[in-house]
Amino acid sequence: MHTWYVHGLEWTRKELFVYPNEYIYWSIQIVMYPLMTGLVAGAFVLSSLYHVFGQKDLKDMAKFALVFSFALLLGAPIPLMLHLQHPLRGFFIFFTPHFTSAISAFGIVYMTYALIVAFEIWFVYRVFFVQQVHALEKKEGMGAFLKRLMYRVFTLGAYDLSEKAVAKDKKVIKILAGVGVPVAAFLHGYAGFIFGSVKANALWMTPLMPVIFIMSAVVSGVALCMLTYIVIMEWKKFRAVKARSTTPGMARYEQLKGAEADLIRKTSRYLIFFMIFAFSLELLDLIFRGYTAVKNWDILRSVIYQRDYVDIFVKQYLIGNIIPFLLLIWPRLTVRRAAFATALVLFGVYMMRYNVVIGGQSFSLTFAGFMDYVMPVIPHNMETFKEGLLGALTVAILPFIFFYFINKVIPAVPQSGGEKA
Amino acid sequence: MSHTWKPVFVVLAILAAIFIARTIIVPPKFGIWESGYMYGWHNKANEQFWLNYKAKYKGRDYCNGCHPDKYSAIMNSPHAIIQCEDCHGPAIDHPDNPPKLAIDKSRALCLRCHVKLPYPTSHRNDLPGFLNPDEHNPGIECVSCHNPHSPVLGGMR
Amino acid sequence: MNRRKFLKIIGGMAAGAGAIGTFRFLAPGEAEALIKSSNIRWAFLVDTYKCVGCGMCVKACKLENGIPYDAPVTRTWVERYVILKDGDVLADTPKGARDGFTSPVTEGRQVNPADIDKAFFVPKLCNQCDKPPCVQVCPVGATYRTAQGIVLVDRTWCIGCGYCIMACPYGVRFFHPVYHTAEKCTFCYHRINHGMTTACVQACPFDARKIGNLKDPNDPVTKVIMTERVAVLKDEYGTKPQVYYIGLDRNVR
Repeated sequence: MHTWYVHGLEWTRKELFVYPNEYIYWSIQIVMYPLMTGLVAGAFVLSSLYHVFGQKDLKDMAKFALVFSFALLLGAPIPLMLHLQHPLRGFFIFFTPHFTSAISAFGIVYMTYALIVAFEIWFVYRVFFVQQVHALEKKEGMGAFLKRLMYRVFTLGAYDLSEKAVAKDKKVIKILAGVGVPVAAFLHGYAGFIFGSVKANALWMTPLMPVIFIMSAVVSGVALCMLTYIVIMEWKKFRAVKARSTTPGMARYEQLKGAEADLIRKTSRYLIFFMIFAFSLELLDLIFRGYTAVKNWDILRSVIYQRDYVDIFVKQYLIGNIIPFLLLIWPRLTVRRAAFATALVLFGVYMMRYNVVIGGQSFSLTFAGFMDYVMPVIPHNMETFKEGLLGALTVAILPFIFFYFINKVIPAVPQSGGEKA
Repeated sequence: MSHTWKPVFVVLAILAAIFIARTIIVPPKFGIWESGYMYGWHNKANEQFWLNYKAKYKGRDYCNGCHPDKYSAIMNSPHAIIQCEDCHGPAIDHPDNPPKLAIDKSRALCLRCHVKLPYPTSHRNDLPGFLNPDEHNPGIECVSCHNPHSPVLGGMR
Repeated sequence: MNRRKFLKIIGGMAAGAGAIGTFRFLAPGEAEALIKSSNIRWAFLVDTYKCVGCGMCVKACKLENGIPYDAPVTRTWVERYVILKDGDVLADTPKGARDGFTSPVTEGRQVNPADIDKAFFVPKLCNQCDKPPCVQVCPVGATYRTAQGIVLVDRTWCIGCGYCIMACPYGVRFFHPVYHTAEKCTFCYHRINHGMTTACVQACPFDARKIGNLKDPNDPVTKVIMTERVAVLKDEYGTKPQVYYIGLDRNVR
């Protein structure tokens, strides 16, 4: 016989009566996946608040959020690929587009959304591309040639920078940003649908799941944008202090600080609004399950109030929702407090995903047994790498690496103050 | 035409690439079959794979072809209900492959039925067996005294 | 040829290929002919009174269908239920009952025979549902239902996402330990279509397992299902399971 391994055996601990084939088949990568798509959707909604709804206060954030959303979008399929037993066949889902399977819809929704984001970026940066092509014309050398060639491809041959053409760009941006919001919601709503429609899983199956996912997606996306923005601005302030003596033209520390605090305060209002929504929906779901108390409530109750009590009520609700909520609504919000609160919010959303994905598999289909996920920390083969701590970290870090490179080509970090791109 | 339509061509190019790849990679028998759109996607040709899967258990009639003595012995005993291959293992292409079957002569095999489990409403309750098998010649294979093809006291070895 | 013209040609090709490649629907007549082409609907009948928990069926299934013998996954398994006088329900299935049940210790508890109200064994296998949720969720069409009602998996096409495993309320699916594609009971498709019975039915000494054709009114299995009181597992999921049980108990999961 060939060598074999049983997927799930290494990280599943069974207790009491569990069917023989049951394991934690969907582990940490499937926790990461809705987290990532959630961040994508949230970042995009944040950018659209400026483009569509004319929230002028978000202007700087909008550009950054849009490009960041694209970087996250490139990272979103990676957890899916990593969790597939046959990753090289993953693209098959593009060949059988149908809406019977929620995962199949991924092919359609994901492509649609990726293209909308890509083209919105294209319209936002088209003028920049053309400028680059012209600027690089005069430069010599292979590097400049390749760079110019790249920007020429990026222009798609549209060199018209007349006032009329640029006005048209603006109009299309508005349309794309507007269309993108429902598509972003759909992208994430369908991620919720993947879980909510599994009738075999008592914890997952609720029509509220897609809505809960959309709300917490926006929460996590806005929080991540705020946190990343703060980190970038801190870095800029640090540089401003260092460079002030040598480079007189550079942005002044105080200027940067003022702009940062102002923007963070404004964005936090949207964050609070969506947090209330997300929290209410989750609470509604919990109350309904307890009140209606159908057949599966006995096992769900023992999971929610006993086995996963700390994960759900302490880590997710207290640390991830209530504490950051209080921190954010407390008057005179400082940047440091906002950074801490958004970090807690992100942790809370991660715990929510964890409690849905792993929590949903922590009880058996028999309703008479339990399974625990023991996350592999030190991998000893590909399986334990992918489905363990290192795999999750890889997925979490990749979008930032993507963003680093994208930012080299299309500068997206807000240029407050004097510094000019 | 306005330059704002350029992205549409990129979309069409991507779609074309998907459709071309699909035409090359997806088997021709792949499609929507049987019960319509809802449950229909699959490769019709794959049914053949499962039809052609090789059967390994042949049944007692196959054994009777060469071992009629053993066959008639067990068929006239209380063990007549037990298939030869339950203990002798799957015949596959015996005697070509494998030339010799690996017979399970273990105590554990006999005890699958002959540990007494006093379970009301279950047929297990009716089978002859030991409440505590460890008290009956522990460590010795059952088949060293009992003949599984004639598991009556008269058939003791 | 300028760029725009080239793109237009690509676009045309996309539309053409799309029309032919993706959206090939069968005409209603064609589809109907395919559905009604089979006069077989396989169904399974399990008599829980007869089952003694010897596990010969599990052993035969694993060997017949090439599931690594020591891998803790199996296409069929047998569960033991011990209902005690104090109301406690003990249930277990050590190694899926591959080695049978040779100890009265259930769920780690030594059970006194005097405390038992009732106890029995329940064989499990794929229910070959009429409305299979596993087929519904497959994103690539790797799993499908044949005209005879058997749900199969295409090992060359399964991407291994595990969605079907999640969707099955009966827990019959798993990843094959060698091929790493979704794996499940096929009712021994290769045997029943060649005049043989399934490996588990053949291996069972007590006639606890039977397979038959629901579309044949004279089939003994069909007769039992039609004329006697039989039950199915977890019908609340609307999957319309096709493994029928005699003597099912409310404690059976």
